[in-house]
Amino acid sequence: MLDTIILVLDSTFRLSTPLLFACLAGLFSERSGIVDIGLEGKILGAAFAAAAAAYVFQSPWIGLLAGIMVSVMLALVHGYASISQRGNQVVSGVAINFLAAGLTVLLGQAWFSQGGRTPALSPATRFESITLPFADTLANVPVLGPIYANLISGHNILVYASFAAVPLTWWIIFRTRFGLRLRAVGENPSAADTAGLSVTLLRYRATIICGILCGFSGAYLSVAQGAGFIKDMSAGKGFIALAALIFAKWKPVNAMFTCLLFGFLDALAIRLQGQEIPGIGEVPVQVFQALPYVLTVVLLAGFIGRAIPPKASGIPYVKERT
Amino acid sequence: MSKGQLPRWVDYGVLPALNLLAAFIISGLVVVVIGEDPFEAVKWLVWGALGYGEGIGYTLYYATNFIFTGLAVAVAFHAGLFNIGGEGQAYVGGLGIALVCLAMDRFVPWWVTFPFAIIGGAVFGAAWAFIPGYLQAKRGSHIVITTIMFNFIASALMVYLLSNILIPQGTMSPSSRNFEAGGQLPLLRNVFTSFDFGQSPVNLAFFLALAVCVVVWLLIWHTKLGYEIRSFGANPDAAAYAGISPVRITVVTMLISGALAGLMGINVVMGEQTRLLLDFAGGAGFVGIAVALMGRGHPIGIILASMLFGLLYQGGAELAFEIPTISRDMIVVIQALVILFAGALEHMFRPAVVAFFDRFSSDTAEA
Repeated sequence: MLDTIILVLDSTFRLSTPLLFACLAGLFSERSGIVDIGLEGKILGAAFAAAAAAYVFQSPWIGLLAGIMVSVMLALVHGYASISQRGNQVVSGVAINFLAAGLTVLLGQAWFSQGGRTPALSPATRFESITLPFADTLANVPVLGPIYANLISGHNILVYASFAAVPLTWWIIFRTRFGLRLRAVGENPSAADTAGLSVTLLRYRATIICGILCGFSGAYLSVAQGAGFIKDMSAGKGFIALAALIFAKWKPVNAMFTCLLFGFLDALAIRLQGQEIPGIGEVPVQVFQALPYVLTVVLLAGFIGRAIPPKASGIPYVKERT
Repeated sequence: MSKGQLPRWVDYGVLPALNLLAAFIISGLVVVVIGEDPFEAVKWLVWGALGYGEGIGYTLYYATNFIFTGLAVAVAFHAGLFNIGGEGQAYVGGLGIALVCLAMDRFVPWWVTFPFAIIGGAVFGAAWAFIPGYLQAKRGSHIVITTIMFNFIASALMVYLLSNILIPQGTMSPSSRNFEAGGQLPLLRNVFTSFDFGQSPVNLAFFLALAVCVVVWLLIWHTKLGYEIRSFGANPDAAAYAGISPVRITVVTMLISGALAGLMGINVVMGEQTRLLLDFAGGAGFVGIAVALMGRGHPIGIILASMLFGLLYQGGAELAFEIPTISRDMIVVIQALVILFAGALEHMFRPAVVAFFDRFSSDTAEA
């Protein structure tokens, strides 16, 4: 029984990681007042770039870097459209998603001729699992041993990085001058502007951070969890992350727990596929797939707490002229 | 004409053309990057879509889908609502159409089934849009987010229904049974035999789409409800002061929008496939966003934009056949660039064009 629980929780961690990166990415963006529907596209673009670069240069780190670069470039397109051009942010996000969905497969096919895939990555060109110190020696300790050895140890570095990013994000958003200004720009940009802050610059910085984090998310999918890029491999994770962000009410620690919950649902769905649950019978796998979305809608409807976004999110800032 | 303003023909003609041109130039660059000749690509694209009867038939078939989903997005736009859920509403609308066809096809001819199928698609599509609309109106839940969520919920729901309930016994592929003649729309190739439509699936739904365009035009610009929708979209506060109920307009607009998206299934489910298939909407709901933006929310614009996207979809298939390096994903890229330039960056060229016209008009004023 313990083994099963550990197994499910273990895959929960693995499945939560890309969501968590993307969710924190969205958090930076939306806290600054930029709604980002394009998380999905940035993840996908990064996943492709990471896999392609990791294969060509035979290094997961260069892959990660390439993923981040592509994701930041897409983020800058979104930034240019929604900050400089004051365009519709949702429309821009939709465009980014399609751009990534089309370009990744098109370029993948043109460069590697494998139906839009990138060539499979050998273990040396991926982020491999790390065994934490003493994991093997402690494995025989009852209860705590397996938890440490199988659940906490044995993930790749990006999994740990994603969870380390949670306190870091919290600290940046709530304890630094930059974070305070970021929130100010997202809540009341004209007040921030009056105080002498550049709304444009702050929002651009937020979108760039958003791009970097989406880059991590995408690289994780193709270079750590998977071994190469597959068409549409983000499979709606950007949208689940968006749902998680709302569910977490735009707070970093909540975001972690929400991503863990959604990851757990995913892990459970895989585990329970075709199995009977005592007393309920077989639960269709689609129930678990739809649950994150249903929960988010229920939350948005205000039946469990109230999700109130940053006040200025989605509204382009027009500087007053004299 | 005062300074900083543009004549209507520039606003509705030149600016969209410039945006479209920018999207196509970048698409051309993408083709260059993957090492092919963009002009060669355009040649195959246009020939594949318009060069022969079957190509034209397919172009019209795709355009029919996009007219429905484009109108759906456009009607919501007029009320200031962004309905990203066209995909899910079309998918669920297809379920309504399929249920009607499955119930009636063995007993009555198609023209009896047809009106009921229209009602089925519209009602199911509208129902799927109702919850996001209601939540937006009553609880302030953002419609963009809820409609995205409903796309995914629709997808999960339909996979379940198709693979567990609607699937005929003894088959493996998740789809409903084939409709008999009573659930099949006549194909244009069988109606207009003098024109060679080849094997293309363009069917009577094309005329339904055109008729719906007229209905939407009348609704938006020539009825009280349409006036209320546009007022609410232009200025919700002013509309509320004028006695227009925001809740009513939001919900009603979303119902209309969902119903329009739901009708897309008439073309695919009843016209082409004659059964309910997994993921039959195939992204047409999202193309509707591009179509509505390009067509500027007007039925005429939407028909033109749908024809263009129909041409791209059919021509793109032909292009991928002739030049395999340019796969059909190229169309998705073009679509993305059109959404980007005609939507998010729609005002990019405006300052330059305004400056140009100001200079022009001041010159004539002096002379």
